[in-house]
Amino acid sequence: MSDIKKIKDEFLNKLSTDLNIESVIQIKSELFGKNGKISNFFKNLGSLPPEERKNFASDLNFVKDELQAKINKKIQEIEIREINSKLENEKVDVTLPERDIVRGKIHPVSQVIDEISSIFSEIGFSVEEGPDVENEHYNFTALNTPDNHPARDMHDTFYLDDKKELLLRTHTSPVQVRTMLKGKPPFKIIAPGRTYRSDSDQTHAPMFHQVEGLHIDKNINMGHLKGCLNYFIKSFFEVDKIKMRFRPSHFPFTEPSAEVDIGYEMKDGKIVIGEGDKWLEILGCGMVHPNVLKNVKINPDKYQGYAFGIGIDRLAMLKYGINDLRAFFETDYRWLNHFGFDPLDVPSNYRGLSR
Amino acid sequence: MKFTIGWLKEHLDTKFEDSQIIEKLTDVGLEVESFEKVISDLDNFKVAKIINAEQHPNADKLKVCDVDIGEKNTVKVVCGAPNAKKDLLTVYAGPGSVIPKNNMKLTVSKIRGVTSYGMLCSESELNLSDESDGIIELKSNKYSDKVGKNFFKNNTEKVIDLSITPNRPDCLGVRGVARDLAAAGVGKLKNTINTKIKNNGLQKIKVSIKKDKNQGCTIFGTCLIKDITNKESPKWLKDKIISLGQKPISAIVDITNYVMLDLNRPLHAYDADKIDKEIIIRNSEKGETFQALDNKDYKLDNDMCVISDKSGVLGLGGIIGGTRSGTELNTKNILLESAYFLPRSIRKTSKFLNIDTDAKFRFERGIDPQSVETGLKKAAQLITKICGGNVSKFDVQSIRKYKKNTIKFKIPLFEKIAGFKIKDKEVIKILIDLGFVVAKKKSELELTIPTWRPDITQPIDIVEEIVRIKGFNNIEILEPQKNRIKETLNKQQKLFHFLQRSAASKGYFETVTWSFTDSKINYLFKENYKEIKIVNPISTDLDVLRNSIFPNLAFYIKKNLDRGFKDISLFEIGPIFKDNKPGEQLTVIGGIKSGKISRLNWNEENRLVDVFDAKKDTIQTLLEAGYDRQNLFVREKSPSYYHPGKSGSVYLDKDDIDPVAFFGEIHPNIIKKLDIKTEALVGFEIYLDYLKDTKLKLKDSKSKFQFSDYQKSDRDFAFVVDKNFKAQDLTEIISSIDQNLIKSVKIFDVYEGENIPKDKKSIALNVTIQSSEKTLEDSDLEKINKLIISTVEIKTGAKIRS
Repeated sequence: MSDIKKIKDEFLNKLSTDLNIESVIQIKSELFGKNGKISNFFKNLGSLPPEERKNFASDLNFVKDELQAKINKKIQEIEIREINSKLENEKVDVTLPERDIVRGKIHPVSQVIDEISSIFSEIGFSVEEGPDVENEHYNFTALNTPDNHPARDMHDTFYLDDKKELLLRTHTSPVQVRTMLKGKPPFKIIAPGRTYRSDSDQTHAPMFHQVEGLHIDKNINMGHLKGCLNYFIKSFFEVDKIKMRFRPSHFPFTEPSAEVDIGYEMKDGKIVIGEGDKWLEILGCGMVHPNVLKNVKINPDKYQGYAFGIGIDRLAMLKYGINDLRAFFETDYRWLNHFGFDPLDVPSNYRGLSR
Repeated sequence: MKFTIGWLKEHLDTKFEDSQIIEKLTDVGLEVESFEKVISDLDNFKVAKIINAEQHPNADKLKVCDVDIGEKNTVKVVCGAPNAKKDLLTVYAGPGSVIPKNNMKLTVSKIRGVTSYGMLCSESELNLSDESDGIIELKSNKYSDKVGKNFFKNNTEKVIDLSITPNRPDCLGVRGVARDLAAAGVGKLKNTINTKIKNNGLQKIKVSIKKDKNQGCTIFGTCLIKDITNKESPKWLKDKIISLGQKPISAIVDITNYVMLDLNRPLHAYDADKIDKEIIIRNSEKGETFQALDNKDYKLDNDMCVISDKSGVLGLGGIIGGTRSGTELNTKNILLESAYFLPRSIRKTSKFLNIDTDAKFRFERGIDPQSVETGLKKAAQLITKICGGNVSKFDVQSIRKYKKNTIKFKIPLFEKIAGFKIKDKEVIKILIDLGFVVAKKKSELELTIPTWRPDITQPIDIVEEIVRIKGFNNIEILEPQKNRIKETLNKQQKLFHFLQRSAASKGYFETVTWSFTDSKINYLFKENYKEIKIVNPISTDLDVLRNSIFPNLAFYIKKNLDRGFKDISLFEIGPIFKDNKPGEQLTVIGGIKSGKISRLNWNEENRLVDVFDAKKDTIQTLLEAGYDRQNLFVREKSPSYYHPGKSGSVYLDKDDIDPVAFFGEIHPNIIKKLDIKTEALVGFEIYLDYLKDTKLKLKDSKSKFQFSDYQKSDRDFAFVVDKNFKAQDLTEIISSIDQNLIKSVKIFDVYEGENIPKDKKSIALNVTIQSSEKTLEDSDLEKINKLIISTVEIKTGAKIRS
């Protein structure tokens, strides 16, 4: 017993000194190697008288564990120390630039279309689309705007043939007609898309974007129209309160028709929506004209509803403080970078329109 | 439609303030565009203060003054007045002003080498007195706080400018506006039309309306007014005309204009002595010509409604008169016309000839056919009052009778549409105020529609009348119901939004460009598509619909490169057009990338963008959209605008005939032709329509999770193959040797050059071999090794590189 205690003390002492990894391994082999001191005790266990063997074996195991633990601890200590000393020499200047970041942008019009779709999705609208090239019938006649109607002059139309039958749609309203012709009521749709008018100055671009809305069912009245738009405008501008004014107006395809203004004020040169005593026109709407319903084979005595058309680019300008409409379509890399959105900022019902 | 409040009050008895009237106009649907004074020439004269007066360097008698005109900066004015001195308050006229005394228009000019912006005025120059010795000296107690303000008070009345919707021709006359306001409770409509007029003798010029096919004129009323003295209009009339921003011409012309603006009743006055015998209203014949009052010569087509005499065309009915029969200051006898022309005919003719006049605008929208005599009366009365003369009896020819239309209106329809209720009594009052004749039978009204309202034809029109007069603010807000009929987006729409954000996430900036483009650029990208011309393009360089997503991207990348940018990635997702028919369009996402990767990077090697960047963006986008890389297949075939050797097409399946995408470097000739200044330019395009319905829903796309924990082995091979041999084929051959064991094949080197024959190349691949059943023995591995080598050699004629 005293022998192993002696060995234990001797080696614990040794291991307490400052050692390198090689010395520790040397010690390990001195103790536990083939002819190691502890190993030899184990080998000789058999030769001990049985009454001593049990106790001695127990002591021996105890000493073995203690020494092994000490050795392992020592090795760990040394390794950590060695890594640490190595790290001293591995310093870099972390203020140097990171590797190149690739970061694309989503155009404000696309972002706003996604916002609009998300808001209307919440109240059960689905998205419909129609062709950019339309014929005269879908763009005008079916929408209660016959050829001799002066309202046609309000639309400066791009034509694609001399007979003026083929054209670029001047509004998204033909999607109403197409949707109602191919399905059965009720209808609850929005139709965002490109629209075209041969008009070009500071506030008009020959191409712009509209979103059409249409809700047809048995008892949809102007109160629903007001409610829907009130909900939309509040959600879109992310405000709790909105000042909204319906002004009677005229569109051939709705009756009664209205234009909708929202209240705003200027604060530090920026438009603040929802307050103030100034009015800004943002959309046109009305109850779908019975003639339009008849044109798409829907009985206007049975079904009725509302439609609206909103300028998407204008909404984007108001919400994001963009002054120049034409810049939307001029592909200035600096502008796209400035007003564009991160592709991960996907507007959705559950995470909201924006951060 | 412009008028003053004073004019409105000639028809409307009201105590409302101006601002209340303005608000009410908007509330009933007569949108007020503006309410302000007409800008007068005299507004250019401002109260000003001389801040500093120095001697002109080159002239003894001139001074150079710094003048405060109430703006941020002072202006420099050269002045010859002896009394011009520091702190003097005077009158300043800016460039563009017209000096009342001599009608001289001021410009910015150099006076002896010093630039002068406008002038300081004397009393004589402003016609205030004969005092011309010096500039005006204004009293400081009265004017010191008025610097920058107008010197002359603008005495004109404020003008209301309404934007009248095309359904409301009646409101193109002041009386119509007054009627709407009265109905909305603003006051009482005055009964202004004085019916008394002396008619002496017959109208002796014969008038006949020819019964031509599609005759555009149905009523033609006239009276002859003899022995008049045409002259300048009296002040009240001139003021009215001026307040609308128009120029007074002569009493006769001003009166016809006035009646038109007042009652929406266009009239025309002919010099009766210039009419050759009789008036014939007939269809024109192709080739007939006449000179109109706008001094232009018009060449007519067939079947336009013309007013003519024995010698030919006098004017286009309801659109514009001719110079041959025009009135002048010395006109003695006039024939006054008040007629009804059909909107369709007016519209057709004016569009064909491209003429826009006040009369045309009104007739096109629909004039009250029963206002023919009212118009003659009112104008004749004014003419005799101002110009004297004797009025003949009215002669009214007509080929069609205009009955008053009636309509049945069930009152409950109002609530059904508007969503709120108003009392029957109120409904009836509103309609009567608007001019309807109302007969009530239980809840149904029988309404006689006023003849000035051509827009009202059916019950919904009545609903609109009531709701707009009652006020839209009475409509309740009903919270939207959230029930859904259909999913928000269909598969194709989801794909659109997904690909859009997928491309942006790869560093591309999204752009939105016109759907049209320059035919010269489009030509480079149109391939076999038909060119689709726009008949009336906004400009000659936007004259066709785009056949490809690239023309605009190429155009705009050039613009940005010219701005000094180098490494640009742009994409657009939108329509391209195959033909000019609805539906003949495709939705395409196209990306374009220029310059270098890692330019000016401190720790990465820079390199030019190349075909494999475009390929990566294409393939990755497709993978993200849910397509399996294993199935995607690439061919060399690509459109001609790509570099012929560095581009390709992608197919969803090896057996597909139509590609879903193209990628590659842009053809150097195109870069040269468009003068795009870049070191490298690549692009890709994905056709969304060809990706239709190949995608599984997420819930269906996850197969059973299987994996192997047995030991993996990697083996490298290098095969020497023909130079044209496709790497894709090599990996496919190896992959298909044993799909259970061969987990992946990666090409890690392609080599041509030393030790390899000229027409050959070496492809080095790493093959991962793993079993899902056991740890592979050396012998198993050896077997598969040999199989790989022999299969490749047999199938491709390749040789393993030792």
